[in-house]
Amino acid sequence: MSTIEKAVQAHTERNAPLATADAAPANAAPLVRATDLAKTFDVSAPWLNRVIERQPRQLLRAVDGVSFDIARGETLALVGESGCGKSTVARLLVGLYEPTRGGFEFDGQDAHAAFKTPQGLQLRRRIQMIFQDPYASLNPRWIVEDVIAEPLREHAIETDPQALSARVDDLLRSVGLSPQDRVKYPHQFSGGQRQRISIARALATQPEFLVCDEPTSALDVSVQAQVLNIMKDLQRQQGLTYLFISHNLAVVRHVSDQVGVMYLGRLVELAPKHTLFDSPRHPYTRMLLDAIPKMHDTGRARTPVNGEVPNPLNPPAGCAFNPRCPHVNDRCRNERPVLQSIGGVRVACHAVEEGRI
Amino acid sequence: MSLLEVKNLVVEFPSRRGTLRALDDISFSIAPGEILGVVGESGAGKSLTGASIIGLLEPPGRVASGQILLHGQRIDNLPYEEMRKVRGRKIGAIFQDPLTSLNPLYSVGRQLIETITTHLPLNQAQARKRAIELLKDTGIPAAEQRIDHFPHQFSGGMRQRVVIALALAAEPQLIVADEPTTALDVSIQAQIITLLKTICKDRGAAVMLITHDMGVIAETCDRVAVMYAGRIAEIGPVHEVINHPAHPYTAGLMACIPDMSVDRERLHQIDGAMPRLNAIPTGCAYNPRCEQVFDRCRTERPDLIDAGATRAACWLHAQQSTKLPGVTA
Amino acid sequence: MIAATRRWLDGDIGHSFRNSPTAIVAALIAFVCIFCAVFAPWVAPHNPFDLATLELSNARLPPAWHEGGSSNFLLGTDDQGRDILSALMYGARISLAVGFASVVLSVVIGVAFGLAAGFLGGWVDSVLMRLCDVMLSFPAILVALLIAGVGRALFPNAHEALAFGVLIVSITLTGWVQYARTVRGSTLVERNKEYVQAARVTGVAPMRIMRGHVLPNVMGPVLVLATIQVATAIITEATLSFLGVGAPPTSPSLGTLIRVGNDYLFSGEYWITIFPGLMLVLIALSVNLLGDWLRDALNPRLR
Repeated sequence: MSTIEKAVQAHTERNAPLATADAAPANAAPLVRATDLAKTFDVSAPWLNRVIERQPRQLLRAVDGVSFDIARGETLALVGESGCGKSTVARLLVGLYEPTRGGFEFDGQDAHAAFKTPQGLQLRRRIQMIFQDPYASLNPRWIVEDVIAEPLREHAIETDPQALSARVDDLLRSVGLSPQDRVKYPHQFSGGQRQRISIARALATQPEFLVCDEPTSALDVSVQAQVLNIMKDLQRQQGLTYLFISHNLAVVRHVSDQVGVMYLGRLVELAPKHTLFDSPRHPYTRMLLDAIPKMHDTGRARTPVNGEVPNPLNPPAGCAFNPRCPHVNDRCRNERPVLQSIGGVRVACHAVEEGRI
Repeated sequence: MSLLEVKNLVVEFPSRRGTLRALDDISFSIAPGEILGVVGESGAGKSLTGASIIGLLEPPGRVASGQILLHGQRIDNLPYEEMRKVRGRKIGAIFQDPLTSLNPLYSVGRQLIETITTHLPLNQAQARKRAIELLKDTGIPAAEQRIDHFPHQFSGGMRQRVVIALALAAEPQLIVADEPTTALDVSIQAQIITLLKTICKDRGAAVMLITHDMGVIAETCDRVAVMYAGRIAEIGPVHEVINHPAHPYTAGLMACIPDMSVDRERLHQIDGAMPRLNAIPTGCAYNPRCEQVFDRCRTERPDLIDAGATRAACWLHAQQSTKLPGVTA
Repeated sequence: MIAATRRWLDGDIGHSFRNSPTAIVAALIAFVCIFCAVFAPWVAPHNPFDLATLELSNARLPPAWHEGGSSNFLLGTDDQGRDILSALMYGARISLAVGFASVVLSVVIGVAFGLAAGFLGGWVDSVLMRLCDVMLSFPAILVALLIAGVGRALFPNAHEALAFGVLIVSITLTGWVQYARTVRGSTLVERNKEYVQAARVTGVAPMRIMRGHVLPNVMGPVLVLATIQVATAIITEATLSFLGVGAPPTSPSLGTLIRVGNDYLFSGEYWITIFPGLMLVLIALSVNLLGDWLRDALNPRLR
């Protein structure tokens, strides 16, 4: 067994798991339910410039009506290319942004309303986030112990200094680092180790829901494998629920249970993992799967892809994908498709609804 | 006769804590019209290899020993002016970030025409015609109008196409592409690597494609060199290296990559991390992490040894034995 | 302590220091000046501020190496009979004290405003930045003259005690702006970094984020600016004293001495003006050079 696997097992034997994922009955309410989430940013020029140069107000609809459910213990992955809004969805779900419209429920209660009240702190214990850039997600001036202890101090989970230190040590061991690393500074660690420190920090408050914004995109392949394995092990032991954001479909295939594909702020397809990868419905999903460079099976002919993601400030009318879609018709150019259940999968496409593809 | 030959290249960085060897005795060659991939993780030295070939090593880095030969002539020891003529005319370069590769103050056409007139004996009108043709070849629509646009008026994928056009402007025989698709979306990435393949084959230009993405290598390259800690671990035809890796590091790397076709509970992982430049182990640089390590690995550094269809720097193949450990006497 | 110093000397900054002759010389000069200033009562041969010890008969004596000079007064005396060498040390005391005090105050105010503007944004940011713009359009001298005039009108009898307060306040009022701007810029960058977002997700209050997370990371450029601005503050103080709105003549700073000596320059009694001038130049130059070196030494790490 590798050192990391041994460490993880030792940690499990010391701490009983919090909630077992397999105990949830099939019809239990989802832990996270997002309903028509939308976020619009005002990126207009300053008022004076607008008046003098007569420029219009410019609104960026980063997220435009996204709804999904995540059951306890599951992983929902959101994939898409740049500008699709997946990072904004992540930040909406941890309370870093206020939604312009819609909202989400966490364990039955309205999360954004709760964030505004003093009880919001309780909610923040249960929802945590892991970020993409291992070099910017840790304060370069703080030692690792302070970084991991911050949530513990903030929520007054451990007030006794000895107990606090012991807990920090435990968390470090659970991600495969040594307790002697607590006095070091972030720059003394590699990218993969820093990401593990971020995971330890996120787990400090024993959250139920972790939002992971491209946690392995900045890491090398071998380090990525280590971090993904740790995340999966921790999920199994602690019954964690993940929202996993990524642009790498192979990684998504490895970690997720459900996959949602986003394009220009909208969800175009939402399906269980195997269904999505084996028989993708939406033309954009098919295009994405086709475009991934494959290591084996490279001689296959592919449908050429055309066009680029349009400017999010000026999305096309109707279906956002219509300029690039090989199956476009007039209805697509005028009417925006709604995400609906078709054959066990949720797709937003007129052609699929009409049975054309 | 090979187009580019690198022989025993050593690149060092003198620092106050001692001299760091970033590239330690690298040798490989590129045939005319071939696409060679150079793959490795961060810190392996692949970008440095590209930079040394183009002659753009950042001081205090320098070529400490070895040779780089283009068409049989040394280019690593040329004075600045001579190297400037080689760069652009014989070697073109494509870098990772298309935004910073183009000068934002000049129109795309002006940058293209400048490169063309510097290296080819054409006048302004002929150069402009050629620039428009290049833009058309790289798939930029309405090339006659867009030639006068500025870089910020192009999207990311379009800009990378312009950079490719710029690299090909003076008809070089070798293109060094350093992570050309890493900053692009997946769908654009597919377009760009197709473009790179076709346009280089059409013009007979060889390509040295540096990247960390094995998928891109598999789709594009003829041969691939896998780098580890400043050395080449394995080199050979791309499908052999991917499907039948001879070096334990290559095998580990292939196993780590999540595959679209196979569902696995846990990804294979290689324990430990690539050693830092000032702490490279004696013998084979991979020996602390290798599952098939034996005594010789810890003391002697292996050269590239024939191992079937590829060449690997691994003592497992020293006796022309198979890849099974323990068979060596 | 010794081990710590040795470790520091071996580190990157220490190494850069050892390799830069300018920095070493500048540090030595600055150290000597500061030493003399701080320990003036023990180091100086006389006390020029003690009016009881002054004798007008000693006035305007030339330095010791001229004829007519005396070894009692190594650099000569001024028009009141004060020993120039001692006056240099005591005057440097005032100059350095005013310089450091005004810089410390400027840093405190500027950093606070800059953090608030960068972190809170919105109208707070707009108001503070317009305030900066307004302050920048006033030269320090005019502000000082204004405040001095106002002070004198308000407190006609407290002139002496007030003089130093006025000096410090006027230099501070125009000095804080550059810190505010620099810190605001750095804060805007740090605010979007993921470690700040992580703290927000955890639920840490904005004040604690500003103080604990952002502040340590924006202080780098501030330290460099502060070192250089000490020199500027000292020169500004000297200018103000030269103009007569600074340190009073009974406890002269270097600037006052220069002014006093100016009248005697053309009658050949150069020492009253030149030596304080040289001292001023030495202090300002050495502090400036140290600041330059610090900026360069910190730079690669800041990147």
